[in-house]
Formats: sequence, C-alpha cells, structure tokens
Amino acid sequence: MTHRTPLRRLLLGLALITAGLSAGAHADNEQYFPLQSYRVGPYAAGGTGFFGGFIDYLQYINAKGGVNGVKLTWSECETEYVVEKGVECYERLKGGLNGAPAAATNPLSVGIAYATLDRSTADKLPLITINHGRTDSTDGSVFPYVFPLQLNPYSEVSAIINYIGTREGGADKLKDKKIAVLYHGSPYGKETNGVLETLAKNAGFELTLLEVPHPGNEQQSQWLNIRRLKPDWVILRGWGVMNPVALKSAQKVGYPVDHIIGNIWSNSEEDVVPAGAAAKGFISITTHPSGTDFPVLQGIKQSVVDAGKGNLADPKRFGTVYYNLGVVNGILNVEAVRLAQAKYGAKPLTGEQVRWGFEHLNLDDARLQALGAKGLVQPLKLSCADHEGGGAVRFQQWDGQRWNLISDWVQADRALLRPIIEASAAQYAKEKGISPRNCSQEQ
Amino acid sequence: MLYREAGQLSTSYAMERRTFRLRQDRVGLWLLLGFAFIAVPWLGNDYWFSAILLPLLVLSLAGLGLNLLTGYAGQLSLGSAAFMAVGAFAAYNLQLRVPGLPLLVSFALGGVIAALVAVLFGLPSLRIKGFYLLVATLAAQFVVEWVLTRFSWFTNDNASGVITSPPLLIAGLDFSSPRGRYLLTLAVVVVLFWLGKNLVRSELGRNWMAVRDMDTAASVIGIRLFKAKLLAFAISGFYLGVAGSLWAFAYLGTVEPHGFDLSRSFQVLFIIIIGGLGSVLGNVLGAAFIVLFPILLANLFGLLPGGLIDSGQLENLQKMLFGALIIAFLIKEPEGLARLWQRFRQRARIWPLRY
Amino acid sequence: MQFFFEVLIGGLLAGVMYSLVAIGFVLIYKASGVFNFAQGAMVLFAALTFVSLLERGFPFVWAFVITLASMVVLALLIEKMVLRPLVNRAPIILFMATLGLSYLIEGFAQFLWGAQVHGLELGIADEPLEIRGMLLSQFDLFAAGTAATLVIALSLLFNRTRVGLSLRAVADDPLASLAIGIRLPRIWALVWAVAGFVGLVAGLLWGARLGVQFSLSLVVLKALPVLIIGGFSSIGGAIVGGLIIGAAEKIAEIYLGPIIGSGIENWVPYVLALLFLLVRPAGLFGERAIERV
Repeated sequence: MTHRTPLRRLLLGLALITAGLSAGAHADNEQYFPLQSYRVGPYAAGGTGFFGGFIDYLQYINAKGGVNGVKLTWSECETEYVVEKGVECYERLKGGLNGAPAAATNPLSVGIAYATLDRSTADKLPLITINHGRTDSTDGSVFPYVFPLQLNPYSEVSAIINYIGTREGGADKLKDKKIAVLYHGSPYGKETNGVLETLAKNAGFELTLLEVPHPGNEQQSQWLNIRRLKPDWVILRGWGVMNPVALKSAQKVGYPVDHIIGNIWSNSEEDVVPAGAAAKGFISITTHPSGTDFPVLQGIKQSVVDAGKGNLADPKRFGTVYYNLGVVNGILNVEAVRLAQAKYGAKPLTGEQVRWGFEHLNLDDARLQALGAKGLVQPLKLSCADHEGGGAVRFQQWDGQRWNLISDWVQADRALLRPIIEASAAQYAKEKGISPRNCSQEQ
Repeated sequence: MLYREAGQLSTSYAMERRTFRLRQDRVGLWLLLGFAFIAVPWLGNDYWFSAILLPLLVLSLAGLGLNLLTGYAGQLSLGSAAFMAVGAFAAYNLQLRVPGLPLLVSFALGGVIAALVAVLFGLPSLRIKGFYLLVATLAAQFVVEWVLTRFSWFTNDNASGVITSPPLLIAGLDFSSPRGRYLLTLAVVVVLFWLGKNLVRSELGRNWMAVRDMDTAASVIGIRLFKAKLLAFAISGFYLGVAGSLWAFAYLGTVEPHGFDLSRSFQVLFIIIIGGLGSVLGNVLGAAFIVLFPILLANLFGLLPGGLIDSGQLENLQKMLFGALIIAFLIKEPEGLARLWQRFRQRARIWPLRY
Repeated sequence: MQFFFEVLIGGLLAGVMYSLVAIGFVLIYKASGVFNFAQGAMVLFAALTFVSLLERGFPFVWAFVITLASMVVLALLIEKMVLRPLVNRAPIILFMATLGLSYLIEGFAQFLWGAQVHGLELGIADEPLEIRGMLLSQFDLFAAGTAATLVIALSLLFNRTRVGLSLRAVADDPLASLAIGIRLPRIWALVWAVAGFVGLVAGLLWGARLGVQFSLSLVVLKALPVLIIGGFSSIGGAIVGGLIIGAAEKIAEIYLGPIIGSGIENWVPYVLALLFLLVRPAGLFGERAIERV
C-alpha cells in the first residue's frame, strides 16, 4: 500500500506553488482599486457588464495620463456573488497591490456590502454601493465609510410612484388607483415594502405586494393574481432570471407590458432580451441612459476598445445599461480621488483620504460637461449627512431593440424618506454602540 | 520508525480505551493544539484569520455535524444549511431578547434549538430512507429559508432581513478583533471535536454505524432504530447550529437567510465527501481543501501572464476541476483525504524501510 | 369558480414542464439505478449549446442535430469516466458522483459558451387563448403536446423494440441480463443519451420560457418532488406527479398564500411530497423494495 496517488502529487505541487508566491515589482505612483467582481454564476450578466465598464473607464483615464499623473491600477477577485468569497476577496485585496494603496471597494452585491460594512469602517476604506445597498447608510453621520451613491432603494420606489403620478395626470390622481408590486423573495426584494406602504397611505392608492420566491423561474400564480386584481400599474422589483419570466408570464395572462415598471435591477438588456417580443413596451427606471453617444464613451471607444484592450468579451455589449453603470461608477470613483488629491496632494492616497473626496463630491452640469458625461450621470452633491447625493431617475422604454428615454429626471420624495432613514440609522448606531459624527463640525 | 508502536503496551483497561493509544499521536496532538492556540495568534495576520482560518474552522465543525449524520449514521441530508441558519438566528434572537445571556450559552442554546428542528425534519427518516429522505431534508432547507425571510421578527424587523452580530464579549473580554474571533472559534471547535471524537467511539456511535451498514440487520440485533436515527439528527443539528452561529457571529459578522441556501448544504456535503465519510479528522482536511483550493488556484493563475485567463473563466475552470475532483475522490479514494493521512501514517511507521 | 379552473389548468400545464425534466431522471434511474442530479446541468448544457449554435448562424435543424450529437458524446463520456469505475458502489456514492458531475457540466457549459443570457424563440406565439372566458397559454399547450409525444415515443421505444426489451431486462435484474449477454455499458450509454435528448427537449422549452441562462440548472429542484410523488421508476408516474405538483403549488400560492404569506411555492411541493411519502413510501407508481438481511 505504498503507491503514490496522482491526487497527492497534485496537492504537493499546489502547496509548492503557493509557497513560491512572492510580491512582484514595487509600484510608486499608483492608486489601486480592489475589484470584487463576478463573471460566473447566476448573476454573471450584471457583473461582466459592470466591471467591464468600470475597468474600461480606468484604462481610459490611464491612457490620458492618470489622475494628475497618478496611474490607476486594479486587480480582480471572483466572488461569484457569494458572500464569503466576497469577504475573502476583500481581505485579500484591501491592503493594496505592490505598495499602491486601495482607494475604495465596489462589490456590487448587497450581501457582500453588508458583510464588509463593519470591516470597511474598521479598515478606513470607503465602501461604494452605487444604486443599491443599505438604505440607512445614506446617513453618513452613522456610516462614514459607506456610500449608496445616486439612488438608494427608498428613493427608487418613491421616484417610481412619482412617475406613475405624472402619468396619471398629477399626484392627486393616484387616489384609488391600484398598484401591484412584484418583488423578489429576498431581503433585497423586501427592503422597500414598508416604505411602499407609507407611500400608499400618503397618496391614497391601493397597494398589493406579491412575492416571487427565489430564483423566480415560475410566476404563474402571481400573474394570475394580477389578472384577477387588474391593477393600473405593476412595479417589478426583480433580479436575474425573475425579470424575463415576469414579462413572459405577463404576456401569458394578457397584462399590458407597457404598464409594468421595472426597478433599478430590472432595467438592463439582459433582463428583457430573453423575454423576446414579450418585453416590447416594458418601462423601467434608470440612473444612467444606455447608449454610446456620450463623449466619454466615445473616448473609451477610441483609446480602449478600438485599441483591442476593451474588457468586454462580447463587444456588442458596449454602451449597454450595466456597462454604462460601470462607467458611471468609474467616473464617481475617479472624481472622488481627484477631489481628494486637491486636498491631500497629487499622490496615491489612503482610503481615509479618498473617503473625504467621496463625501465632498459635487458634480454639477458644468463639471459633467467637462467629463463628457452630461446626461449620463445626474448632478450629484454629497455631504457628511447625505451619502446618496442624487435620488433622481429617468424612465426608459424597451422597443424590442434598445432602450429609449421617455422622461426627464424624476426626483424622489427625499424629504419624506429622510426621517425614516435617520430613525433606522439611529437604531443601528444604538445596536452597535456607534456615536454618530456631528455633521455640522465636519470640514 | 517515526511511528513506532513497539513497547507501548497497555497495562490497564483505561489505557486500552484511550482515544489516542499511541504516544506519538498524543504528543503530536498537543503540539498541534499548542501551535494553534499560541503560535498562530502571534504569527497570523488579519487576512489569514478572517479569510482562511475562520471559515476553515467553522466549516470543519459543520462538516463534523453532517458527518455524524451521513458518514456515521448513514442518513443522507441536504438540509445542513437550514440547521446552520436555525442555529445562527436562534442565537441572535437569544442575545437580543434575553438580556445578560452569556454569548457561549446562546451559542449552545442556538444549537439546541437547531437540534429540535433537525429532529422534527428527521422524523420521516423512520419511515423513509435513501433518496426519499433527501426530500425531507430539502423540505427543511426551503421551509426554514422561507420562514426566516417571511417573519421579520426573526431578523428584528430589519428592513433588509440581515442580522448583524452583537459585540463578542465573554466574561468582560472583547473577542471582536480578528485574532479574538479566531481564538473564540478555535476553542469552541476544539471542545466540540473532542466530544465528537468520543461520541463516535461510544455505544451510540457504534449503533449508528450498525444502522448505516444495514439498518434491518441492526434492528434485528436489538438496536432501536427510532432512537439511533433521531439522536443522529439531533446531535448533527446541534453541531450544525453551533457552526451556524459561529459563521454568522465570528466569521462574517452578519448574515441573511439567503446566506444559508442550498449551495451551502452542498458545500458541507462536499467537505465530508472529500474529507472522508465516517471520519472525524477528515472534516478538517475536507474543510481545509474547500477553503484553500480556490485560493490556491486563483494565486496559481495569478502567476500566469496577465490576461491569459480572466477571472470568470478561472471560476469556470475551478468549478470543473472541483466536479472532477469529487468524482475522482469517489472513484479512487472513497474514504477521502482522511485515508491519505492513514496511508501516510502507515509509511511513517516503517520508514525508512519499505516493508 | 372560473378563476379556480384557470389556476388549476395553468398549474397542470406548468406541471407538465416539471414532468419533462423528471422523465430524464426516471430513464436513468430505471436503467442504472443512479439518481442523476446532473439532469439539470444537462438541460442547461443542451440549451446553451443549442442557442449558441443558433446565434452563430446554424439553421435550426443543424443546431438541433449537433447538440444532440454532443449530448450523445457526453453520455458516452459519462458512462466511461464515471459510471463504469463506480460500478457496484452504494447508490449514495453514485448520487454524490452526479453532484460532482453537475458541477463539471455547469462549469464546462459556461466555460465553452460564456455566461451571457440568451433569448430563445421557438416560433410559438404566446398570446393567451380565451376559451369560454378562461385563459389558456398557447405555449404551455404546445409544451404539453410535446411531453405527450415524448412519453408515447419513449413507451414505444421501451415496449416495442429490441433495445427496449433489453432496457427493461436491465432495469429488472442487471446481473441476470448480463448473464444472458446484454451489454450493460452499451445500454447505460444509450439510456444516458436518451436522457440527454429528453434534456435537450426540456432545455428548449424551458429556455424559451426563462431565457437560456444559468438558472436553467435549478429546474432540477422542481423535478425532485415530482419524482417522489410519481415514484422513481415510472414515466407515467413522472407525468402524474408533475400534474399534481403543478396544480397543488399554484392553488396553494393563490388560496393559501394570502393567509400564511406569499412565496410559498418553493416548499409546498416538498412538504406535499413528504406527506405523500408518509402514506406511500415508494411513491404512487414506484416499486416497493423488499429487504433481506
């Protein structure tokens, strides 16, 4: 019984290889972005688009000479959208790369964001959860290192209700309308239920909440319910496979698709294309239009994609919703670094310094024009108390080929939401024993 | 020569019944424990604690939990993650709602509640077995996940349904740093492994093995299947429940019900397949393999010139390799990594001679 | 009342879709005693290969033929690399091997074709049909028709051909059939290939419903309770089981959902299957195992 199994040889080999791992060349003037990306698994479509856009924008900035001469560098770690893999990636990458300090983490996953929230604060590394994340982290006095940029979940539903109001001819017309919300059976899907009930009470519409169990590949009973109910509008808070199935099932029961409004995770090409013709006329919100006409995308096309360095495996996805979200995320990250450099000097910065940059982000139309992103990014102004900044969305409609914008920016009712957010943040602070910062004294 | 048994004679029944009869084993174990409790906290860094050692320890405990049920008592289960979830959420609510309850006590009570739930879903095992039993455990998986998301009471009405761990205070000492969380987990895991090792050598453990090997025969020789199977579910549930609490409190610091989904159950099952069904040590080896293998592979491909294989393809490759390895283990080494360790011992015993 | 029938019929038709996946299980279980968890991965692999070929400009028929051929190759490989070395091992071990197999196939499918989401149009309109005020889905009717055809074809194969005869012999007693000169490996490969074909059909129909993407491999979870109710070894049972599960989960979701909370479709089939098991431990049409010591 002494034969050596191939298995053991393999293990031995692997052990030797890790032992031989050593640090590479030392980099002096670089700022590092740890990317907890996901390119396989059920949500790969979102991950490849988003991180493709993000990386391409970083390449584009480097092609233009970096941020004040500081080059941007990054490395990827596959999370597969799985929480503990995301944590492992976070711990592996947070220390920077070859001496280049990490600027911020962008996991694009609610679960990973939650799991690294405390760690980010302890490690003084900003955690960016663009368009998603923990709603109460909008309150920067309790969550100094967390930034749900542009749009948190509460703002999202509020903006949708406001839009339905304008479609019906005024907010007062919402009274006695029926609105059904079809949500994903997960914490993400349930997050807005409480706020929707408040909104329903205020505006006087009749709200029906329908849950679709994860992963959502069977929705017949929910749609039969909708057929019986005959709501005026259906809000789709879906994720992944649930979206195309919802549209197909809607067709099956004969519900008009142009009265379904998708939320921020039901708004991409990947959500509608699998539904084929059933998706034609579907409306969804977006914080950033798709398309390639913006100067910044043209710039990326010229200096990155046409040079054969584009990150997308499928070049046809250039300018799609997820890709552009990645670009928007890149713009916001790089702008934060640029802003922080103005304060701390044009050198690689620590996470703590970059955090200052995020907190003082102030993108007005003039600045967006200069970046070539006017219309792509909404005007955004952050502060110590407000880590969201925007809270506005536009509405787009799918014509079978592409998304067409059908509205201007629609603002969420942020004044109404703010007390709810503050109460929730205060409860968190109490549970965790955090004493909130005093925002009036922050510089 | 390293493993010489010669001269180590038992002079009393107590010595004969020791868990580790060989002096080398005992010395090695103490050295290992000393290393884990004293040297590792000094040598390790945050990355090793929070990204490798903690999941490794917690998963080995979960593996042991499932191994007691599947590897020893022969009841296949795909509901491990559900019992972990019950343990985690029970411990969280106990901490939240019972003021002044010590942390370790709430871990243990969480385990007890998980054990009760496991017994409930184990009841059908008296009438059905094999693949049919899988369905009962899968039912546990889906029902628990649904209940925990459906009733927000379990998550203290958190809008996102996510629980965050309270400060890890034991007897006034704060274990919240990565090093502290490692030590806390290590202590719990070592105690439970010691119990588990003794359990499988006890009368109950032997009954389980009899049930596993042929339950009809076992009942003929007078083993009460009813009791043996339900105890297997209960004790397995307890271990998994404690593992779930550690996963939520000590490792991640936060958890949502979805964090304990079916793929976690598969993960635990793979640990015991790779580590070795019906082995205590195998759980640690299997967990080490599951935790380290992807990281090794990622590092390995990181050495290749950039862009040769992107991280998405790497993950697919990893998945393929994983599947292939599971099949390979089942074909070549059904007793898993634990068996490799046995072989190593055999060789060390006669080394440097060949025979 | 009309609404109730609408729910019932919708559920029955959805159940047929579950049966399609379950039939693949039954075939393999009957012939080789393997509970093949990789059936879901095979559905994914078939659908992904088919749709990728279609997108690369292959005509429908060719794409179908090539995919079928690759399913056959896959079946041969599985027989050679997995089943043969594991011959005579405990069923639980074989089951775990198919778990590994499903990882392998999922990884390979995505490695080969990428993880993008694809749309699949089979050219069947899904406008609702209104019959006496009741809503019926054309697509689901088509799926039901396909399943019926498949079942008839399979039962012809089993009952009217020589191959079918040996298949039944193997299912009945592998040792005896070996003794009379039936080549077990060949039968296994054949059965896996047929299961691959069933997987392809299921993949096309499910793919047209959901879009072709990773989640397709999750349909296996819906097929499990179907199998439990119908019994592992009966194709007719798979159909009946599918109908029961489909109807029950829809009715539960609509009439029970408002009382105890919605989103119960995931576990209702399992609890139902469990209740069935307590009454009939071998399913409706399964064979009762006789135990000897």
